[in-house]
Formats: sequence, C-alpha cells, structure tokens
Amino acid sequence: MTGLLAHDALMVSLVLVLVGAIMGTLGIRGRRADWVQIAFGTVYGNFVLVTVATLAMIYALVTHDFSISYVAQVGSRETPLFYTVISLWGALEGSILFWAWVLGAYSTAVVFINRKRAGNLVPWASVTLLVVALFFAILLVGPANPFHAVFPVPGDGPGPNPLLQNHILMAVHPPLLYLGYVGMAVPFAFAMGAMLSGEVVSDDWIKITRPYLLVSWGFLSAAIIAGMWWSYEVLGWGGYWAWDPVENASFMPWLVATAFLHSAMVQERRGMLRLWNLNLMVGTFVLTILGTFLTRSGILSSVHSFTQGPIGYYFLVFIAVVLVVTLVMVAGNSDRLRSTGHLESAASRETVFLLNNLFLTAFMFTVLIGTLFPLVAEALRGLKVTVGEPFFNKMTLPLIVSLIFLMGVGPALPWGAASKADMKAKLLPPFAGAVVMAVIALVTGARNPYAVLTFAFVGYAAFANFREYWIGMSARHAAHDEGWATALVRLVQGNRRRYGGYVAHIGILFVALGIAASQSFRTEREATLKPGESLTVAGHTARLKEVWGRQEPQRAVIGATMEVVENGKVVATADPRMNFYPTQSTPVPTPQVISSIGGDLYFNLMAFDQNGAHATVKLIVQPLVPWIWFGGGIVVLGAIIGVFPKRRRRTAPAAVRVPVPAVVLPIPREGEA
Amino acid sequence: MSKRNWAIVVGAILVVTFGWLLYGGLNKNVVFFLTPKELLAKGTAGYDVPVQLGGQVKPGTVQWNEKTMHLQFEVTDDSATVVVHETGAPPQMFQPGMGVVVGGKLGRDNVFQATNLMVKHSNEYHPPKPGEKPEEMYKTLIKGSTP
Repeated sequence: MTGLLAHDALMVSLVLVLVGAIMGTLGIRGRRADWVQIAFGTVYGNFVLVTVATLAMIYALVTHDFSISYVAQVGSRETPLFYTVISLWGALEGSILFWAWVLGAYSTAVVFINRKRAGNLVPWASVTLLVVALFFAILLVGPANPFHAVFPVPGDGPGPNPLLQNHILMAVHPPLLYLGYVGMAVPFAFAMGAMLSGEVVSDDWIKITRPYLLVSWGFLSAAIIAGMWWSYEVLGWGGYWAWDPVENASFMPWLVATAFLHSAMVQERRGMLRLWNLNLMVGTFVLTILGTFLTRSGILSSVHSFTQGPIGYYFLVFIAVVLVVTLVMVAGNSDRLRSTGHLESAASRETVFLLNNLFLTAFMFTVLIGTLFPLVAEALRGLKVTVGEPFFNKMTLPLIVSLIFLMGVGPALPWGAASKADMKAKLLPPFAGAVVMAVIALVTGARNPYAVLTFAFVGYAAFANFREYWIGMSARHAAHDEGWATALVRLVQGNRRRYGGYVAHIGILFVALGIAASQSFRTEREATLKPGESLTVAGHTARLKEVWGRQEPQRAVIGATMEVVENGKVVATADPRMNFYPTQSTPVPTPQVISSIGGDLYFNLMAFDQNGAHATVKLIVQPLVPWIWFGGGIVVLGAIIGVFPKRRRRTAPAAVRVPVPAVVLPIPREGEA
Repeated sequence: MSKRNWAIVVGAILVVTFGWLLYGGLNKNVVFFLTPKELLAKGTAGYDVPVQLGGQVKPGTVQWNEKTMHLQFEVTDDSATVVVHETGAPPQMFQPGMGVVVGGKLGRDNVFQATNLMVKHSNEYHPPKPGEKPEEMYKTLIKGSTP
C-alpha cells in the first residue's frame, strides 16, 4: 500500500513538474501572469508530493515493510530505530529521493519568498528549478525507483552498510551535504533566470542570489568538515582527508562557490567580472551534479557507490545538456556583459580578489583533473591507475599557502587604489603575527617549508582580520562612546557581510592550523600487548587493561580497554573496538579518540587474540586536530552572520515597483573601507 | 597592443603554464594497478616505482611475527608470484586465498615492500560466504559482560 501510494505520488509529481515547466515557459513568453502563477503552484505541489513519498519511505523503513525494494535492500529488524530512519540516505535510491525532497524545499522557499517580485527573473528561475526537479523525478520513477514491489516478501533484510551504521555523524554529514549541494541549484536557477529575462545586465540579481548561495555554502562547509570528522572517527587510519574522489566531489563546488562569494563583491562594487561570475555559478552547479554522479553512479569503488546500473548514463546526459545549454547561453550574453568599471590600481582589494579567484579556480581544476584522470585513462586506454596523494599535495600546497596569505592582504587593502603610505600602514604590522607563528612552528620542530609557511601566513592573516575588527570597534568606541561589546555588535550589524566574512576567514585559519600541525607532528606506533603491558607514543603511555567481547542485537563487539597512564595514575580510558556485522565478512574498525584542546590520542584495535591473551593496538598522537572541527564551526558562524541582509527588505507590491536600473552604481556603505 | 589583447596573452600564458605543471605532476604521480605478472614483465623498470599490486594471497605463504610485527606473504595471479613484506599488523580477517591490493615498491631484491595493504572486497557488501566463519574469530570472547 505504502509503496503504491508513494510511487503514484512520484508519478504525479513527474507530470506536475513537466506541466509546470511548460506552463511557466509559455506564460512568460505569452505574458500570461496566470500561467506563471500555475507554474509557481506546481513548485509547491511537487514539494507536497515528494514529501508524501519521503514520509512514506520513512514509514516503510520504520515498520520494516520489506515488500518495498529499498527497505528490503537496507532494512533489518535488528537495526536500531535511529539508524533505520537515517538509512533513508544510506543507499542510492533513498538518497536520490532525499535529493528531490531537499530540492523541493529550496524551490518552494525561493518561489514563496520572491513570488511578488516584478520581472521575469523569478519565473525563469522557477522554470529552471522545475527542469532540475524533472530530472530527479525521471530518476525516481525510472532507474532509481525506491518503491519497487518485492515478491515474495522477505522476512528480514541485510540492514544498512555496516560502515554507515557505525557512527552518529552519519546522521549529520549526508543531510548537510545535500543541503549544500542541492542548494547550489538555486543560484544556478537565478543565473539562468537572469540570462533568460535579460536582467543579467543589471547587477540586482546578484544581490538577490547571494544569500541563497551563502546558505548553501555554509551547509557545504559544514558538510565537508563533518565528512572529514566521520572519516577520522570511523575509518580507523587516523586521517581526515585523503584526496579521495568522493571528498574531492564535495570540495570542488565549495572552491568555486568560495570564489564567487569574493568576485560577486567586485561585480557589485566595481561593475567588473560579470561574465566570470555567471560562469562560476553555472560551474558550481555542474560540479554538484558531477559530484552526485561520481558518488552515486558506482563509477568509483568506495563506500559511497552503491550499485552499478544505468543511472550513470542519465547523469552524463543531464550534465551534457546543462553544459551545452549554459555555455550557449553564456556565450550569447557575453556582449551584454562588458565590465562598466576597470581596475584602477594593482594595489587594491579588487586585485586580491582577482588573485583569489585565479588560485581557487586553479585549485578546482587541479582537483578535477586529478579526480577524473583515472576514469578517463581507463575509459580511453584501458589503463588502471590511481592519482596518488603526492600529486594533490604537490600541486595544491603552493595554492593553499598563497590563499592563506591573501586572506590577510585582502581585508587590509581598500577598494580602488591604495597609496604607498596606506599600504605600509596596513600591510606591514601583520608581519609581526607571521614572525611569531613562524617561530612557534620552528621551535616546536616543524621543518616542512609548507608547514612553516602555513603557520606564518595564518599568523599574518589572523593579525590582519582581527585588526579590522579592532579598527572598527575602536572607531565606534571613540566616536559614539560605546562600550566594547556594544561597539562589536553594532559594527557587525552595520556590515554583516563584511564582518561575517572575516569570521569565516578566522575559522579557515583554525582549520589550516589544525591541518598543518596534525600533519607535521603526527606520531604513531602499534604494538601487540598482553593485559597489563603498555606502549608509549610521544610521551603518552597507554596500558591494555583487558580484551572483551559482547553480543548486541545487530552486531558483535570486540573491544580492548586502554588506560592512559600519567605519573602512575589512570587519567582516561578508551575502548577501541571491532564491530562484526552479520552481513559482512570483515569487521568494521571502531577507533576511539581522546580529545583535548592540544590534540588527540587516537586508539585503533588492529588485531586480537581469540582468548583475549593479547591485542594489537595502534596509538596515534596528533596535535590540534580538534581545531579543525572547531574552525569549521567558526566558518559556519561566519556564514550565518553574513546571510542576513543589512536591513530587512520591504516587499513592495509588484505594480508600484520601479523598473530595475540598467547599472547599479556602487554606493559606499557605512563601515566599508 | 590593446589592453584586451594583453589580457588574452597573459591569460593564455597562465593557462599553458598551469596545464604544463598539471601534466608534469600527473606524469610523476600516477600509480599503476598491476598484477604480479605485469609487474615482473617490466623487468628492471619495475624496481623502486610505486605501484598497486593486486592478486590473491597464496595459501601457505603467510608468516606473521607478533613480536617484530613483520608480515610476509606471496601475492599470486596464478602465472606469477611476488613476495610481499610489510611491517604492521595484518587486517583482522587477513586470510590466505583472499584478494588483496598492496601499495608499495618492488625492491631490487625482488621483495615487494608494502606501505599499505587493502583487502579487496566488492562494494556490494555481502554476507559471509560458505566457509567464511567470522564468528570463529571472536566467539570465545563473548561473555555478555564488561563495558
């Protein structure tokens, strides 16, 4: 029953979005406002229908309705309720359903918030979103249909992939990633809408789009950090980033979206980079679809690829269509998108933004080529190769340290042209921060030049970004006699985007420091211990207390209790484990991490004796790893601060709206340099 | 030259340099997946080059020293065999006859020094096959007690 209802809902939704896209297009072309309203209605209707299907799937999962193919594939009576619910996104079909639902939610929000705006930007954006929804609706009734009837109905299922039910972050990382990924469809839709409606010649659409992009960017940032954390906590190798294709897939759209967040300011302030920005938005969206293809089509062998099937071809066709259509449209608009401003001086914030965009784009292409090369080599020449970590590290580290340095230079330089005295006053003092951090790195024993440079530039950029806060706050303090806390709050409120951006910078600096320190000072050892014996790594001693086992409903758990000993006293214990799931022949490692502000003790059980006589345990000591997760939180905080516009827009009735001026002059705002 | 042409020239130089760097980086860092037969067929060109060696663990060749943490076994593809040496504990389910992918370099002594070892299993995780008895590994430890 549930399956039929949900499948019907998806069929109706397919028809609805198709009708909506056609009605919208004809309505805009034929100036039929009522048809456009119907198109808006189909956006809401589609959301309701996909919500019904999603709830039906959750209901089917929770009630163990094994007559539905997806439940038979990922469900099990022994799986705890929590992991049963989140297995909604644990395999291919469910995750496509979830994709469609998130897209429906975003589309509904976009249409509802902007429905009264005059002009054809929003109608065309809605049509674009409906076309994207159509693609996912086709997947859901075709190759990714999660509601196939299974007969005879099995009594039980295998349960979700053990790796995906072994840690609570699996409830966090995928939804965040989808919110970030799918959200990039909204800026893309606005970019398409701007080109189709002709509003692309004004820069107003960029302002409407920016908050949506920032929301998605915030979710994507959080998702990448959560993915790193999951990999760290679950996979047992003590690392968080391996340039794995699925990691790269989430990282590439982030790089391009980050470039856009900066270059959009150049367009708004200086009327430059119009064509470039359009390309960045389209590129971000294509990269999210490419990422979904890479992780969901089974083309890569990893935990993320669930199945081999025709779904990959659907994605390839969709990517090709999007690329061709957008390239033709962007090319057709290129004459209208000449810059109205120009670069006044090399010593300006614009220049730094240009460099930032250059480096971020080069970064993205490096990652893209490294990710796709093995696929292309195998497809064209039948060679089985991997592109190793050395490639990514060697190519991207120079870009990374340059970007960190620019994070300090950009905020310090003014728009337009900086005088020599200006530059001296702004750019020299942060070197104090650089020297301090470089000395810290060298004294603690860092010798890798990139690690030392990272420390130094983190010092430089942190100094420069905090200084901007300091300058603004002390000005308010002196002029309005405000207390420091009030000055801080009002300063941020006066220009949320700018100061939110600095907060995000500081978050990135924490992440960079955490990565540089943990990569430079990682120490590890493994040893086979009898109960009572201990091993010492980098001054930390851990003693094996016992090897134990217990049976849980869905798995068997073998653990080794390790006691951290300091001066003869036990200060902490860890239980690294191996979980044996009945559905998999090899156990799932379950490391245990003891975190403190200075770093982590990472325990992993490598092997054990059947009688508990000994166990092989690996202990990894890594400084500053928690700073990465903390920094990720700060980045998200920066995005939250920046999302809200300075003043609330009052939505005037469409009829009395003035037409959008062709060129919006940059008006200097309070608090901007 | 006009400003626009200058921009095009500078852009072209940047793109070409970047492409050349990428090409060089790829050439040096591509790691091939090889079977023992393919690796040995390379002769001296196969020495000291990082590769991923894939094959089966030859039954009866696994030697594991708990004290020194040295692991030695032979990887075979039926027509050729390479001796692999690794320091570190084997995966808990490391069994003779199973498929493995070993990353490392073949030394001039014809011993493959492994830096990492992956047990090959399909993406579609599967219930244990007949003959595979993971519970044999741990059932003596299950007492239903402890934390």
